[in-house]
Amino acid sequence: MNEPMTPSMIAFSPALRILPEILMTLTGVLVMLVEAVLKPRTSRKPLGIVAILGTLAAIAASVYQLFLPAGTAFFGTVQSDAFSVFFHLVIGCIVLVTLLISLDYFEGHTSFVGEYYALILFGATGMMLMTCSVELLMVFISLEISSISTYILAGYRKRSATSPEASIKYFLLGSFATAFFLYGIALCFGATGSTNLYEIAKGVADGASPLLLTVAFGMMLIGLGFKVSLAPFHVWTPDVYEGAPAPVVGLMSTAPKAAAFAVLLRIAYGAFGTAIHIWMPLVWIMAVLSMTIGNLGALTQRNVKRMLAYSSIAHAGYLLVAFTALAPMGIAAASFYTAAYAAMNVGAFGIISYLSGYNEARTSLSDFAGIARRHPVAAAAFAVFLISLIGIPFTAGFFGKFYVFTAAINSGNAWLAVLGLLNSGVAAFYYLRLLAQMYMVPVEPPREADTAHARPAFILAMAILVLAVFALGIFPGRILDLARAGAATFSGPANAASQTVPVALLRR
Amino acid sequence: MLCAWTVSLMQTPNYFWNYVPLLLQILAAVGLSSFIVLASWLIGRHRPGKVKLSTYECGMVPQGDARGRFSVRFYMVAMLFILFDVEAVFMFPWAVIYRKLPGITGSRFFGFWEMLVYIGFVLVGYFYIWKKGILEWSKDQADL
Amino acid sequence: MTPSLYLWLLPLFPLAGFAINGILGRRLPKAAVSAVALLFPAAAFVQVLWIVARAHQGLALPYLERFATPWIAVTGFHANFSFLLDQLTLVMLLVVTGVGLVIHLYSVGYMAAEDGYWRFFSYMNLFLFFMLTLVLAANFLLMFVGWEGVGLVSYLLIGFYYTKDSAANAGKKAFIVNRIGDFGFLLAMFLLIAHFGTLSFREVFANISAHPDLQGGFLTAIALLLLLGATGKSAQIPLYVWLPDAMEGPTPVSALIHAATMVTAGVYMLARAHVLFGRSPLALAIVAIIGAATAFFAATIGVLQTDIKRVLAYSTISQLGYMFLACGVAAYSMGIFHLVTHAFFKALLFLAAGSVIHALGGEQDMRKMGGLRKKLPVTFWTMTAAVFAISGLFPFAGFFSKDAILAATFETPGEKILWAVGLVTAGLTSFYMFRLWYMTFFGSPRYDESSAGHGEHGPHGVHESPWAMLLPLVILGILSLAGGWIGWPAALGGHDWIAHFLDPVFTSASNAQLVVPSAADFRLERILAGVSMLVALFGWWLADLMYRRKPQLADSAEQKTRPLYTPIWNKYWVDEMYGAVIVRPILALSRNLLGRGVETGIIDGANTAMTATASGASSGIRRMQSGNIRSYAGWLAAGAAAVLIVALYLSHSF
Repeated sequence: MNEPMTPSMIAFSPALRILPEILMTLTGVLVMLVEAVLKPRTSRKPLGIVAILGTLAAIAASVYQLFLPAGTAFFGTVQSDAFSVFFHLVIGCIVLVTLLISLDYFEGHTSFVGEYYALILFGATGMMLMTCSVELLMVFISLEISSISTYILAGYRKRSATSPEASIKYFLLGSFATAFFLYGIALCFGATGSTNLYEIAKGVADGASPLLLTVAFGMMLIGLGFKVSLAPFHVWTPDVYEGAPAPVVGLMSTAPKAAAFAVLLRIAYGAFGTAIHIWMPLVWIMAVLSMTIGNLGALTQRNVKRMLAYSSIAHAGYLLVAFTALAPMGIAAASFYTAAYAAMNVGAFGIISYLSGYNEARTSLSDFAGIARRHPVAAAAFAVFLISLIGIPFTAGFFGKFYVFTAAINSGNAWLAVLGLLNSGVAAFYYLRLLAQMYMVPVEPPREADTAHARPAFILAMAILVLAVFALGIFPGRILDLARAGAATFSGPANAASQTVPVALLRR
Repeated sequence: MLCAWTVSLMQTPNYFWNYVPLLLQILAAVGLSSFIVLASWLIGRHRPGKVKLSTYECGMVPQGDARGRFSVRFYMVAMLFILFDVEAVFMFPWAVIYRKLPGITGSRFFGFWEMLVYIGFVLVGYFYIWKKGILEWSKDQADL
Repeated sequence: MTPSLYLWLLPLFPLAGFAINGILGRRLPKAAVSAVALLFPAAAFVQVLWIVARAHQGLALPYLERFATPWIAVTGFHANFSFLLDQLTLVMLLVVTGVGLVIHLYSVGYMAAEDGYWRFFSYMNLFLFFMLTLVLAANFLLMFVGWEGVGLVSYLLIGFYYTKDSAANAGKKAFIVNRIGDFGFLLAMFLLIAHFGTLSFREVFANISAHPDLQGGFLTAIALLLLLGATGKSAQIPLYVWLPDAMEGPTPVSALIHAATMVTAGVYMLARAHVLFGRSPLALAIVAIIGAATAFFAATIGVLQTDIKRVLAYSTISQLGYMFLACGVAAYSMGIFHLVTHAFFKALLFLAAGSVIHALGGEQDMRKMGGLRKKLPVTFWTMTAAVFAISGLFPFAGFFSKDAILAATFETPGEKILWAVGLVTAGLTSFYMFRLWYMTFFGSPRYDESSAGHGEHGPHGVHESPWAMLLPLVILGILSLAGGWIGWPAALGGHDWIAHFLDPVFTSASNAQLVVPSAADFRLERILAGVSMLVALFGWWLADLMYRRKPQLADSAEQKTRPLYTPIWNKYWVDEMYGAVIVRPILALSRNLLGRGVETGIIDGANTAMTATASGASSGIRRMQSGNIRSYAGWLAAGAAAVLIVALYLSHSF
């Protein structure tokens, strides 16, 4: 374990392994401190810009990590490799776009918005840390950091009743679920004598107390399943997504999920890779349940936010399908899907935040009637995101699904792919209903003054997302390569430490 | 004798035997406390009176309902107290093993800097609540 | 190295048209919108002609053009972004750009008074983009991209008249039904990846050809799944239900997308994958049966329809059935030949019908037409050419292609029944097409003269359409007459040109077709041609009798055949059946699963019957989404318990 001093490691400080997290934290602290000394009525926009710059720096630092040889630091608790970098980039980009969307969202509605930026940055720190932790206690701590931030963010529309309700629900149920995760860690420790994923992997391979390990994995799956809203742990999702501010929903339906899926991948393939027969059926069942419940639930929703909440349950299910595939392809498919899903979902909620206004009085399906006439550009962007969620070719959603189902079939899980495809057929229905509302329903005069007008930051964010949706759909090559490089790091602890990340990836 | 027995148990292959001492500890604790309560109930005399049945036998006389509403500031202060309390607790184990830290971490000052970083974060939090006026009871800020 | 054909430019032309009209169209004057909308498809057409010229000069086909290699490369498979040009593609390109251009021209006149003129043309150009991608694709994945894309645009265009509820629903229906087909296509692709590790046409087919022992088995599975995709797109049994409803879209859309090009994509796909189908006699037989059954089934429904566009819709389904039949008996070039002639005369039928509808101010019910022969002379004469063509009268285009298919079916051993079905269908086709002809153009006028005609045309009443609409009619009229001559059979003194042209593509599959025909074969073919001609004439005679000479006969026939008439009139209740078997159970599940926040009246049609079932059943499951946090925690705990129990059970069973 005492590796920081081995000769090959002297070249750089262990701090470089968590450089993105350090940058995010420092920016967050800075924003928080400045927020405290600013006068209540002054605009917080500069703080938002500082947060954006910090996020950009963190993204750059993540890219820089690609040039480091993969390896662990801080007594084997964190490991930076292509896999962690992939998720760092995904989370970093989500946070960046969310900050851009939020830049004008709270202006004139809420004071002390600096806290909001700081919370996002702290939460992102936690999520990033989750993806590079190879030590369960470290995972737990970073999970808590990210969760607590999102609990508060969910309640950030302080004047409305629904937002704090969402926050409280999320908090209570979330703590409940996290307890399961913690208990799973304890059982893992009990069974193998370690909380290090590689040590656990050895224990699992040795066949030490299979009963205990099974329960441990089940517990951790429950905790993480809650975070990514997998059925049957999804019940909180519609209520929380409906109540929380739309930009926050965009963030919390993607970034923490990406992080939790990364952890799940590390645990399932990294630690429990040799016990695949134990968790495969579980994952199988949960994938089918999530897809089905999510899509059936969305079918009859009239509130667009609730509808997208159910759709996010379904998408978590699609993602889980990738888990049932064999190691390198399944991991790569799951990783890619998180990126694709993030691009379209953050975009969808961004548009909702724009169209439905700060009070979110206009989130029912009928409020979107004829939107295409009043806000043609926003409607077009929304259409792109919805089309991607349906999974039409040339968009990220199609390629994500395609890759996931290909992976599943290649591993002999044809039935799961069939169920997934049937589900995505059903799903087209409710997305289309929204599209039809926007484009094919006669224009009604808005019930209240429609004051929405786009600011440059928001437009920039949407432009980035639309481009991302198309880029991931038309030229997924480079992102795929990174996802595959990430998947390759799973071949074992020894390999992971010695393997050099292909820097050539960046030059292609 | 008992100790030797437990040691011999711990050497048996079944994993759960490791926890037998813990079980014994729990049994002892439960047994002792029930013994004390039971004994005092059996030995003592029971003569309830008005004063004896009041909430605080020798303290303030309670007024009103316990479910009354308190100012949110009570909770704020209570929470902050717990927070800083817990944060301070972390320093005790650190201080106890401080001399051994270089041996554990392999670096002379690693443990020192780590704690400095930690205290730095605590200070940042302290500075924040101070500036936000949480510590000033009378300062009214609408949007906490 | 062969010189570049710049195939990549081809789809980019209409894409540019889409972008310009889509982004700027709102602010551009109508003339500019039309110019953009016509210019880019025209450019594409010119390029296709140029390619044809190059091919004529001896360009080696097939020709492959790669742009991104590899486009996608993941563990297990890779795909290139590449276009393939062979004789089959060339034929399709000519049809798509040629007919597409003509219909664009027509639309300039037809849509002149419509709202959202620019929107319409941007969609139309987008459609051409996806269609060209579909046709040019050199692998299944890229083909699927075009496949989904045309479906999406079709959805947008069916719902173009968004003020009509029925239009929006029809669009949705088309899309959802096609999703089922896509499901088959996708699964087929996954299986191809799993077995061959590639989706490229060349590699897959080369791989199959290299293994003569591969027969049936998973190839049948792949072929059947592809077939499911094809039935969705080409509106065959069991997935044909969307096409009649798709007639809610503007008429040029019906002509271009739902008659001439998009719906034939399924046939194209079958022809493209002929190597695969060739290895699976079972799949081929099913293709043939589906084709014949659909052809007959749709023709019977067409007999009783009164909406002019719906008659044409059912006749499209029926004609597509012929093409499937051709593919099913491995006469792929005949299927493609019929695809081409059908594109001419069916597009013409729709456009002429559009001209009639236009003249009558939007009236589509044939019972309210009649006697339009004199008022709309050009429309009448061109329509006549199309009716003759589709009925299979010599020497119109339809005669050659339909006869070729029937002859090929007859000559395939063991398929005499299918031939008989096809022949009867030919008679039915002739009957209902002449019925349409008589009801529209002959007899006494039954329309309301004062309400007819567009408002801005003043009190002229019924009038012939502008030249922009008539020119396309005339062009297509000529093609409906002469377009079939490219396949003038050797038996009748021709050269079978199209079959020879397509032969290089299909040689590996249609080994039976290459046998040099003997004089006896010729005699048989002539007899068959005579028989089908007679059947067509009989259909004409019957229609003439019932709808011109003795109109009362139609009513009495209706009375006498009541048991037969009712199911056909109700289109065999297929829509209702799908609603009861598929749509309602899914909705019921959705409602019962999640009680809170569900309102009625969301999904059209199925509500009233829903409420009864939903209210009584399963109030326990309903509570799942109560909004109550304690119950949520309860669900969480229950779910956790379930997961642990399953996990423990699994760990014991291993």
